[in-house]
Amino acid sequence: MSELHDPPTAQQLVESVREWLETDVFPQVEGRLQFHTRVAMNVLAMVERELELGEVQNENYAAGLAAFQCSSEAELAEKIRSGALLSQEAEVEEFVMNSVIEKLRVANPKYLRDE
Amino acid sequence: MESFPSTPEELSLAITAATGLDGITHMRRLTGGASRETWSFQVGNEHRIIQRQRLTSPRDMHVEVGVLEAAYAAGVPVPRVLASSRDLVGENPVGTQFMIVTAFEGETIARKILRDEEFASARKTLPAQFGTALGKLHRINSEVPGLEDVDQIAFYKEHLRDCGQSHPAFEIAFRWLDENRPPIGRRCLVHGDFRMGNLIIGNEGLRAVLDWELAHIGDPAEDLGWLCVRAWRFGGGQPVGGIGAYEDLLEAYGEASGEYISLETLRWWEVLGTVKWGLMCISQAAYHLTGSVRSHELAAIGRRVCENEYDALLAIRELKNGKGATRV
Repeated sequence: MSELHDPPTAQQLVESVREWLETDVFPQVEGRLQFHTRVAMNVLAMVERELELGEVQNENYAAGLAAFQCSSEAELAEKIRSGALLSQEAEVEEFVMNSVIEKLRVANPKYLRDE
Repeated sequence: MESFPSTPEELSLAITAATGLDGITHMRRLTGGASRETWSFQVGNEHRIIQRQRLTSPRDMHVEVGVLEAAYAAGVPVPRVLASSRDLVGENPVGTQFMIVTAFEGETIARKILRDEEFASARKTLPAQFGTALGKLHRINSEVPGLEDVDQIAFYKEHLRDCGQSHPAFEIAFRWLDENRPPIGRRCLVHGDFRMGNLIIGNEGLRAVLDWELAHIGDPAEDLGWLCVRAWRFGGGQPVGGIGAYEDLLEAYGEASGEYISLETLRWWEVLGTVKWGLMCISQAAYHLTGSVRSHELAAIGRRVCENEYDALLAIRELKNGKGATRV
């Protein structure tokens, strides 16, 4: 696929800002501002991970939903609530757990426990 | 209301006008929550705290004043209410509902309490002290006006339905919670937010229980489960506030209250608490997304919802496999 935009990529741009916050800003600030700088660095790192993984994750998620005859996440939620998927309860739970793990791989990979 | 005192000088004068409390010094604003401002000041050598509702807050602080008075009378370690807008006749110079309480020395920041050397011995005694304090507070039998009995399942199911997002993991959790709900126990006053961050800790242990604004009538096990939610472990490895085993909490609680809650029941409430915190994360992000508060900190909390989905599903899996009653 051809890209319209010139380098750097979105991921590289975000990375450059995060690195600037880490090296130039964070050591210079303290207290509440330091805390909010750390939050900002974490947010940008999350965006970097989403730019890297998000597209494939979304495709896989849509395919997984389709396997349960759901065209959207909302439909899956509704079917779990109504009990329509009870006959495939174990499969649904495994799929949902795996999708939650995918979300955490972007949001906060350190949160995942070794299993 | 003509004016809203907002500088330290204005607020000091307003407090004197409202309560007759004279000689106020060292007025300074502490970091406040979403619904209220907190200021500290001195009268002579005595340290005091004033909490004041924000103009936009829908909560009735006078309910909390009643709760604090009842808790104090029951011997729960809490700030003593010295004055409040509830007892004013006529206009309120402070502008919105307020209460003035005694201040406590100590630490509330969980990461310090979990890691700093000065709290090493406190960490050994705290889990049991939490159990004792909760046991006492669930024995408060005075009627507090304005407290509501909130069915937590119904309330948070509605929350999920109305949040404008879909969360299959929470649907699974609610299904499990419905199917495994412990028998409805005794109803009593519950704190509603009993966890690290809302507790003042000294090097000898628990000094005071703060932040009673979510107090309501409910099942006593609710407070115990909430304290064990992973978010309130702040990275600590143990289930009770990051520092203690379930058994320490349950045993001390049983001794103080005469009521022995099973580990199974505690963990059911922990799962509900986990879902509840996940839904509260959605609300926090919504303040940024739809409200007037613009904050990347609040926005980022929206991406913490999945931490709670993960914890709820893991706990349910353990409990289904019969491992939840023994494993952390």
